[in-house]
Amino acid sequence: MSDETHEKTVRVAERAELLTAETSEGPQGLRERHATDPNELGREVGAVLRGTGLALDPRDVDVERSDDETMIINMGPAHPSTHGVLRLMLELDGEYVLRTKPVIGYLHTGMEKTGETLRYVQGATNVTRMDYLSPISNELGYCTAVETLLGVELPARAVWIRMMMAELNRVASHLVWMATNGMDLGSTSMMIYGFRERELILAFFEKTTGLRMNNNYVRPGGVAADLPDGWEDDVTVICDTILERTDEYDELLTGQPIFRGRMEGVAPISAEEAMALGVTGPILRSTGVAWDLRRTMPYLAYDQVDFDVIVGTYGDNFDRFAVRLNEIRESIRIVRQCVERMPAGDYRALDAKVTPPPRARIDESMEALIHHFKLFTEGFQVPVGEVYTAIESPRGELGCYLVSDGGPHPFRMHVRAPSFVNLQAVPLMMRGGMVSDAITVISSVDPIMGEVDR
Amino acid sequence: MIPLPPTAPPGVACADALACDVACFPTSGAYLDLVRAWREDGFEICADLCGVDYLGHPGRDLPEGVVATRFEVVVNLLSVSTRRRVRVRVQAGDREPRVPSLFGLYPGTEAMEREAFDLLGILFDGHPDLTRILMPEDWEGHPLRKDYAVGRVPVQFKEAPGPR
Repeated sequence: MSDETHEKTVRVAERAELLTAETSEGPQGLRERHATDPNELGREVGAVLRGTGLALDPRDVDVERSDDETMIINMGPAHPSTHGVLRLMLELDGEYVLRTKPVIGYLHTGMEKTGETLRYVQGATNVTRMDYLSPISNELGYCTAVETLLGVELPARAVWIRMMMAELNRVASHLVWMATNGMDLGSTSMMIYGFRERELILAFFEKTTGLRMNNNYVRPGGVAADLPDGWEDDVTVICDTILERTDEYDELLTGQPIFRGRMEGVAPISAEEAMALGVTGPILRSTGVAWDLRRTMPYLAYDQVDFDVIVGTYGDNFDRFAVRLNEIRESIRIVRQCVERMPAGDYRALDAKVTPPPRARIDESMEALIHHFKLFTEGFQVPVGEVYTAIESPRGELGCYLVSDGGPHPFRMHVRAPSFVNLQAVPLMMRGGMVSDAITVISSVDPIMGEVDR
Repeated sequence: MIPLPPTAPPGVACADALACDVACFPTSGAYLDLVRAWREDGFEICADLCGVDYLGHPGRDLPEGVVATRFEVVVNLLSVSTRRRVRVRVQAGDREPRVPSLFGLYPGTEAMEREAFDLLGILFDGHPDLTRILMPEDWEGHPLRKDYAVGRVPVQFKEAPGPR
């Protein structure tokens, strides 16, 4: 390469504005202090929480620090510890994090807009791709909203199948969390173990729903298919295996001084801060608030099964880990009760306007054929109205706000994604910590970018 | 239907709502005061805030005295201590939808308001950093508006190149 072309292709330091232009997200990014609105600075350093009467360490407020002492660096969107395409802009003072701003939108695919063009029956296929680690929860949240608008009563078996699948999905999701969290902390064996155990559940999902992930199993009016023959044995084996191995992982991680050293007391958040920021799920419970929609606002048949709501005390990384680990055990308790008490009957409501007729009926009944045809070409009409329903996904409150105009498509579908809201706690948790702790913070918040960006 | 908190501004219309204790319809002037009253009444969490574009909707059920506008902001509040849910629906306007920001009451609405601004173009007065959040900064338009078309990739049936 000649010197002339070399000069053109390599950006030299004197032309720093080129670098800025190519990496800048505009006003979405974290700007230098002198260029930041004091209001926004206050938000970023958590002064807002202080303003509402919440405690923040006064030594922690460093609004007066000048730009030349600090450095803004990018982490992500392709950093391995950001679990997808989360981009964090960190303002560092040496090794300490002062300000953080998550820059999101790299996985935005317009699912809410797409949802408006799909019929209600197709909608579950769309939402299942939001939180790709817990597809069943997404479908459940969406279908609950549709069914509330429709006023459809579900048969008992459909309710219990949904509950069992949702809990198995929670176990799978938390296992992936343990795996990736282990890897972020350098415990690569946990990574392999977590994914191995999750595969047991995914194999059962494949047997039941036909797909390992993005199942599209929960549909308005029930579920897509009945459980396969011999499902009791499969599920019992899954429960026994995972419960036994959970104890091993507990020993492997909880009993490990390095793991505890990096988790205990790191990035604590108080209950008031968590609630002010709208944080739900394991993070809220780790601060000591026993808020679990399965218990406090029961849906499905959660009021008929026996389980404990796991709460933490300090709201630090270790509590968030402990809450999730023990939630695996509680979910397995629920799954076992589902196996014991699974009612017989239909797996979907026999309302020909909402659910397709049984396959065998189509061969012998003209009416069933018409219903089947109408359902899959036109869809069903949902009465005019609006509803917000919420369920407890592995990451927190998963809400679905649906507006219907009386037609076969949702007029507006909005999903309240728990990761999207929980991500707001990241700047607060990271503040004052080290860069290496920042990695554990992202991990312990467990953001799923598919759901954050939707 | 639960009664409004004692500190609520007068004249707020209320109605029953599905899967929720009460739905309130404040004017955009009474909106902030009403949400503050609910917050003082024990609603610790703002679970959700989203905008809706009602362009082309055949007509929604609103209580008497509430003037329907094209844009509506829907806030779902959650009380952890008393296990209640409340929905606040405020009519935000037609041309340039604008409501006060809830950021001072619930810092957690920061990202949600940015999302509503980004996707629907609703402005929130008093928001510290009202920038786009999901779309790129140089994007034109607000994709979730009803007059914003859905993009399509045309399917080519004729004259498509055959295999190889």
